[in-house]
Amino acid sequence: MTELGTGPAIETSGLIKIFGKNRALDGLDLTVPAGTVYGVLGPNGAGKTTAVRILATLLRPDGGEARVFGHDVLRDPDAVRGRVSLTGQFASVDEDMTGMENLVLIARLLGYRKPGARDRAGQLLEAFGLTDATDRQVKNYSGGMRRRLDIAASILSTPELLFLDEPTTGLDPRSRNQVWDIIRIVVAHGTTVLLTTQYLDEADRLAGRIAVIDHGKVIAEGTPGQLKASVGAGSVHVRLRDASQRPEAERVLSKALDAPVQLEADPVALTARVAGEGIEHAAAEQAARALSELAAAGITVDDFSLGQPSLDEVFLALTDHPATSEETAA
Amino acid sequence: MSATTTETGTTYVPAAETLGAVLAPGARPQRPSALSASITFGWRAMLKIKHVPEQLFDVTAFPIIMTLMFTYLFGGALAGSTTEYLQYLLPGIMVTSIVMITMYTGVAVNTDIEKGVFDRFRSLRIWRPAPMVGYILGDMFRYAVASLVILVVGLILGFRPGGGAVGVLAGVGLLIAFSFAFSWVWTMFGLLLRSEKSVMGVSMLVLFPLTFLSNVFVDPETMPGWLQAFVEVNPITHLVSAVRSLMGGTTDTGEVTLVLISGAVLVVVFGTLTMRLYNRK
Repeated sequence: MTELGTGPAIETSGLIKIFGKNRALDGLDLTVPAGTVYGVLGPNGAGKTTAVRILATLLRPDGGEARVFGHDVLRDPDAVRGRVSLTGQFASVDEDMTGMENLVLIARLLGYRKPGARDRAGQLLEAFGLTDATDRQVKNYSGGMRRRLDIAASILSTPELLFLDEPTTGLDPRSRNQVWDIIRIVVAHGTTVLLTTQYLDEADRLAGRIAVIDHGKVIAEGTPGQLKASVGAGSVHVRLRDASQRPEAERVLSKALDAPVQLEADPVALTARVAGEGIEHAAAEQAARALSELAAAGITVDDFSLGQPSLDEVFLALTDHPATSEETAA
Repeated sequence: MSATTTETGTTYVPAAETLGAVLAPGARPQRPSALSASITFGWRAMLKIKHVPEQLFDVTAFPIIMTLMFTYLFGGALAGSTTEYLQYLLPGIMVTSIVMITMYTGVAVNTDIEKGVFDRFRSLRIWRPAPMVGYILGDMFRYAVASLVILVVGLILGFRPGGGAVGVLAGVGLLIAFSFAFSWVWTMFGLLLRSEKSVMGVSMLVLFPLTFLSNVFVDPETMPGWLQAFVEVNPITHLVSAVRSLMGGTTDTGEVTLVLISGAVLVVVFGTLTMRLYNRK
């Protein structure tokens, strides 16, 4: 789809952005292949939104280079604007206007004539299940509907690259699933998607590759499998019937998994990291063995689950600090 | 605000076919012209008036109050009778009211800029000043409404312009043209200042001296010399003289030209500053 052959959709090198004393981006290097969903994972204040805003030509970098489909964001911003669309973290639609008016406005600004703009807006409202809400003001939309209208407005131009900045933050599970389905369909039609998220789970489900960023730098990059391999496969959560058996259970688990065991606030619960070799079933096998050893030791397990590593665990594994925001968000 | 409505009917399931159809890379339209993009933003401003009609309050009630207040406050003392004073005051009070409401352009820009929708506009491939021009185009409608309101109140109270309909229309036209230029001062402040309140504060600081220290209410001859010097260079003074001459049927070409020149200077200076801030935001 690109005019410049099969180069990457996004290439940044040494990107720097400073707000006052805060280095929001501190030498960000990213390469996003075209035609895929690329996940940018990080906590609040890691620099995700700043990076997206620079790539969408909304913010000027203080150093480094950024290219979108080969076009420099500083030297040729119009060429970039003609190829990308942005759905920001906060609704990029006008609350006072109706769904139809919002989409007609964008269509007109893309150069559609009046009848064409209404047709296009109508098709999009239908495709996004908003036909019933056509003439309703957006401030009366639910969060999920608003987010869908937002994505519809971004897709109106059939962009080659779509930025979705935390598209599911604050949505209920059903709306989140709808957004995930939409992203899958969009990328299947050849649009490259740059997805920022705070949830490893979300990046894992949607992205072909993930970059983990922290303090404005990429601290890990790879496929979801590679990333999880570097972190460990996840954690085993165990609930015992009898709290008095917990010290014994702790000893057995820590021996079986060769990992430290954490005692939860709940007096019958324990959590242990599974090292894993990066292969899903290896982690499951280890967990199963640990479980049978608990049974062999005569410990009754009421409940058991194998959890994916959380973003916190990814961060703990990759850095020395947890993924808490330091209130330096841009 | 009204309650958030939830989805009605069956739950939406994104369908590959319907979404695929809208994603098909059809013929992309030509990039819109500068004028077309600006008019589209003007249309947005009109839609906002349609959805939030309360915002017309300041172009209806405010001008009526201004006209009544100053006619009856000063009329008897300054010109012997209110009807007589009105012939002098009306063009000036119209200028004062309209110039004062230009500040709402800055307030609108300031409240919008913080919203995500502004990011969308800025990431579109359109003529860069179009969103700003759009605000001002929408506001020109408001200026026209306010002018009409004041004119009607004036006519009821006994304003009889010597220039007739043509003269009045020319006067209002010049006033709105100048206000278009003057609004760029507020787009600049709207982008520069951090909050709506500070925009209001700065605009009061600028507007009060500019409108009151002029020839709107009294003849500058009665003022001390140092004040006359300020009144003489105040662009509002020249605007009032020009509008007064057009409405009175004694067109002062010199004053009209001066107003047009100062308008052009305002657009060049504050338009440039506005766009610099807009691009850096």
